[in-house]
Amino acid sequence: MNADQTALASPSVPVRLASAPGVTTTSGMPTMEPFDVERIRADFPILQLQIDGKPLVYLDTAASSQMPQPVIDRLVRYQTKEHANIHRAVHYLSETATAEYESARRKLQRFINAPGEREVIFTSGTTDAINLVMHGYGRKFIKAGDEIILTTLEHHSNIVPWQMLAEETGAKIRVVPINDAGELLIDEYEKLFNARTRFVGVIHVSNALGSINPVKQMIAFAHAHSVPVLVDGAQAVPHMQVDVQDLDCDFYAFSGHKLCGPTGIGVLYGKAALLEKMQPFKGGGDMILSVSFEKTTYNTIPHKFEAGTPPIAAAIGLGAAVDYLSAIGMDTIATHESDLLNYATDQLNLVPGVRIIGTAKNKASVISFTVDGVHPHDVGTLLNQEGVALRTGHHCAQPVMQRFKVPATARASFAFYNSMAEVDALIAGIRTVQKVFA
Amino acid sequence: MADYKALYQEVILDHNKKPRNYGTLAYASHHAVGHNPLCGDHISVALNFDRECVDCIAFQGESCAICKASASMMTAAIKGKSRADAEILIQEFLAMATGKLDLTSPNHIGRLAVFAGVCDLPTRVKCAILPWHTLHAAFNSVDTASTEAEADPMRVPISNA
Repeated sequence: MNADQTALASPSVPVRLASAPGVTTTSGMPTMEPFDVERIRADFPILQLQIDGKPLVYLDTAASSQMPQPVIDRLVRYQTKEHANIHRAVHYLSETATAEYESARRKLQRFINAPGEREVIFTSGTTDAINLVMHGYGRKFIKAGDEIILTTLEHHSNIVPWQMLAEETGAKIRVVPINDAGELLIDEYEKLFNARTRFVGVIHVSNALGSINPVKQMIAFAHAHSVPVLVDGAQAVPHMQVDVQDLDCDFYAFSGHKLCGPTGIGVLYGKAALLEKMQPFKGGGDMILSVSFEKTTYNTIPHKFEAGTPPIAAAIGLGAAVDYLSAIGMDTIATHESDLLNYATDQLNLVPGVRIIGTAKNKASVISFTVDGVHPHDVGTLLNQEGVALRTGHHCAQPVMQRFKVPATARASFAFYNSMAEVDALIAGIRTVQKVFA
Repeated sequence: MADYKALYQEVILDHNKKPRNYGTLAYASHHAVGHNPLCGDHISVALNFDRECVDCIAFQGESCAICKASASMMTAAIKGKSRADAEILIQEFLAMATGKLDLTSPNHIGRLAVFAGVCDLPTRVKCAILPWHTLHAAFNSVDTASTEAEADPMRVPISNA
């Protein structure tokens, strides 16, 4: 027995239950029993809805997830018993709201394993987080002739801010191509680096295709060239255990509403050393230490980047959401979603005329597809009549659509609250669409 | 909830499958391209006048069934009409698609009434009206039409455009 094991066995240290591989103990609670999707579904009031007389089959979680009752209850409790503005007054409610808001920050810190709570900045969402980095880091450190590497798989939110920066500064954008499966070409990525490379922005999980990108490997390569990396984790954080220290990313952005939380809240994780060097994004209250017309001194991080009254309720709701997800266990969630993905992929492949766009080996539970002879919007409208809600369009990822030469796709995205029966409903719906258009 | 199932009826599916007046014209006196940036649909409309009336008209593009059938039926309805009559029909179609036309009062809609149900599907209204907006743009020799921003007929009545 080595020293570590001795320490674990010592009675002064809480002993965790041994867990089987793939079974999480994130919450400290073992989740050994088989995954019961019906018990999970009972937590989501909206999933009990009927659409036009048919049970709702919600397959649009990649756009926005639904909210479980404990998160709804937390929001109600905050608004009925705890609300006041934070970081200001000395009265009871203000102190309670401040404590709960900062407690939510620590929950998010633990959820992504950030080293420090001051490295967790609340933003309005992923887009806001990326814009913060563009303004705070990009406008300060990226100059004319410098190069920014992005990938074909990026959501518009990780393209447009950098284009705005490039237009303003004269910097250049270089784009990592993908193969026919929708996987990044890592050799090509590495070839893009040169002496002018200053920044890398990469999506962790493609929202349009579901491809999981090898961000850890990409970050290590960028760091070997002293280039910082921003990861857009909007589609990754809800579906897998993300550890920002393990990834060693410099920035990691994600949204609350894709994580069973409210809209209007998101997170930017940034390494403290970088955040401290950055200029503020928005000016206003709470982001200052002192203000006079001669000189203003900025607050310390994370407050330097949280100007004005933040969405306090939404932040606290997001804290409750990550508690909820952690109690189930992100590994448990990932396993069930992977089962859904595999089943749905097999079933879709059995339907003649259906083509799956994006067949990466490493995929999250997102399936983009086309139906021969039927425009995706017609697929979406007809599936809606069957109670099936999915997204149709370009998914804010037009470069991906251009790469596959399709104007749009239908996209089914699965969450841990979806059942195998809902996959069957999707398949039956697609067959109905094909009958209408036969 | 309204019965929007009626939208995908035989006549629309037929025009989608076998669009009338599909293609280009060797010579066009009037031409416009329309696109809907939200869904990537785009169509072009070309036409020629013989004296006062639309002599020949064609459309081409990539779009959903609602848009393609609307374009197909539009070209069939417009052929032979004077510009003034065509403009009246454009107005009536836009009003119908946005739920503002009383179909019980006299109108020129005729078979185009199959699109009446689209007003219950706000996200699909633009699919149905894109061809008509493009036709209006062609009459006015405007090169491109869009269902977005200031050119959006949902926001700016076409008569004021």
